[in-house]
Amino acid sequence: MYQYNDFDTAFLADRNAQFRAQVARRVAGELTEDEFKPLRLMNGVYLQLHAYMLRVAIPYGTLNSAQMRALALLSEKWDKGYGHFTTRQNIQYNWPKLADIPDMLDALGEVGLHAIQTSGNTIRNVTADHFAGAAADELADPRPVAELIRQWSTDHPEFQFMPRKFKIAITGSENDRAVTRAHDIGLRMVSRDGEHGFEVIVGGGLGRTPMIGKVISEFLPKADLLPYLEAIVSVWNQIGRRDNKYKARIKITVHEHGIDEIRRLVDARFAQIKPKFTGIDQTLLTDIEAQFAAPAFKTTGLSGYETERANNPAFRSWSDTNLAAHKAEGYAIVSISLKAHGATPGDATATQMRLMADLAERYGHDELRISHEQNVILPHVHKSDLPALYTALRDAGLGTANIGLASDIIACPGMDYCALATARSIPIAQQIAERVDDLKIEHDLGELKIKISGCINACGHHHVGHIGILGLDRAGVENYQITLGGDHTETAMLGARTGRGFAYGEIVPAVERLMFAYLELRLNDSESFLETYRRVGLSPFKAALYQEVSAHAAE
Amino acid sequence: MSHQVITANALLEGDVVYLSKTNHWVRRLEDAEVFADAELAKLALELAEVRDSEVVGVYLMNVSVETGTPAPTHFREAFRQTGPSNRFHGKQEQTHVSV
Repeated sequence: MYQYNDFDTAFLADRNAQFRAQVARRVAGELTEDEFKPLRLMNGVYLQLHAYMLRVAIPYGTLNSAQMRALALLSEKWDKGYGHFTTRQNIQYNWPKLADIPDMLDALGEVGLHAIQTSGNTIRNVTADHFAGAAADELADPRPVAELIRQWSTDHPEFQFMPRKFKIAITGSENDRAVTRAHDIGLRMVSRDGEHGFEVIVGGGLGRTPMIGKVISEFLPKADLLPYLEAIVSVWNQIGRRDNKYKARIKITVHEHGIDEIRRLVDARFAQIKPKFTGIDQTLLTDIEAQFAAPAFKTTGLSGYETERANNPAFRSWSDTNLAAHKAEGYAIVSISLKAHGATPGDATATQMRLMADLAERYGHDELRISHEQNVILPHVHKSDLPALYTALRDAGLGTANIGLASDIIACPGMDYCALATARSIPIAQQIAERVDDLKIEHDLGELKIKISGCINACGHHHVGHIGILGLDRAGVENYQITLGGDHTETAMLGARTGRGFAYGEIVPAVERLMFAYLELRLNDSESFLETYRRVGLSPFKAALYQEVSAHAAE
Repeated sequence: MSHQVITANALLEGDVVYLSKTNHWVRRLEDAEVFADAELAKLALELAEVRDSEVVGVYLMNVSVETGTPAPTHFREAFRQTGPSNRFHGKQEQTHVSV
């Protein structure tokens, strides 16, 4: 993986020193909050309901064990012993003190991590497929390109005060695990006549006005990427609406001007910019690519793996749900669930983080990934090591066999932490997970993506959940709206609203009715929830959802 | 008639504070000054907003005083008063808080 060079290290040290001075001036009363706020936001510092919050970027979701240990250290030394992994491959600390944050940033800098541009109207952390560099279905590892974009976008002088935030995601696989169609720019690595390039998708996003992104370029040659990205952001930076923050995102610009007009403007801008890119970016990319060379995979036998599967039902269950196909013979991609039934989705304690770091070092070529689904991935584990790995995870409460199942829920922090939230998300996720565990139905339900947001900003991706839940404040009471049929993958779709929302105490039984409706409606065990929904439509699910109300109304 | 309290987050700690009768920022809602007069509350708010080197995000919140001490009327303020519901952190874990 990428190692900081002297320039990177010096840049980060300078930047952290700048922020330390800014904090000192704020504490001394020399800066007002109005002056300080944009500065702290550019360094990932929010003020939430109960405390400051520090959001640290995990670029393209990749960490080594030393970095994971540093994340653990921060949580113990300056926070309350845990961190929260987010849907954009960041980690959030919920309880830092303002004066401690410069020290936290310095500690991050020592392991090549930072919080730059994790907030503010800038280009945010570049996210990628969490199986990148390991997946059997991958055309190419998208992370070198993601690192190039990180370097290009960090402190880019033209893009520090944009109409709004800007998010880029990239995948190197046909199976889109990076939600590229719901980003301001989504990049899909594609091949044409043996040459690698990108399908460029623009104007996707969730939030108040959800939109599926549109293809602006079907095939962009690899060498044109940075000037083309710069052209897109530059065009939007100029014509994007600054009069209304709710209409400022590029999805609205694309919607209002039309994709053809945006393409014309971007092409014109690209023609201006392209000559200024002399090829240095491609030289840099070649250097970066060398740093992402695959580890030296071992070629030993699978001793013990099949035997353990045959003899240990718990291991078999876990390996059925939590492993994905690896490109190297004998290897597997391991997803570590941070969704133990009843736990807060995405939270990991310092002890758990350290254990995962140790296991990555011992069994996983020192690599970890953070997924947008708020789990941790060990991308390269030889199958002969899986029994020992599983035992260690299980003993630490990290062995839950539920990846992709009903209890593997995405949930934003919601009103338990977030100043923008209109309702809680976390307790709903906890209760749904506990309920499906009590009923012992989630393996029967199969793949089911439940995604919960505590406000319309949709950090919990509810629009693209098979079952999406949106928490709102209705006349001073928490109320939860349901959407069905959303899809975050390459066949991305926005879910359809079912109708009136449910009170806090009603939402879990409502979701349960949907689950049982699916079990009744499906053709057979192999038809997934989403497939069934697509076949039968909203009506039968709606009938199940509101049956109690209808029955009650008929009395 | 609605009662109001002035609230904010402390600049250094980031935690929730309320303005007391003695014009100090206090950590517990029961120690807050309750304004019954909307005009007076607005005036006090303007004065509190100037205290930018002590607190961030000053605003008026509604409270009920039916039990004798101020209580939140909205669930958001109830969470601010106690802490998150998934972990025993925040104000709920503090047995005694000095100003």
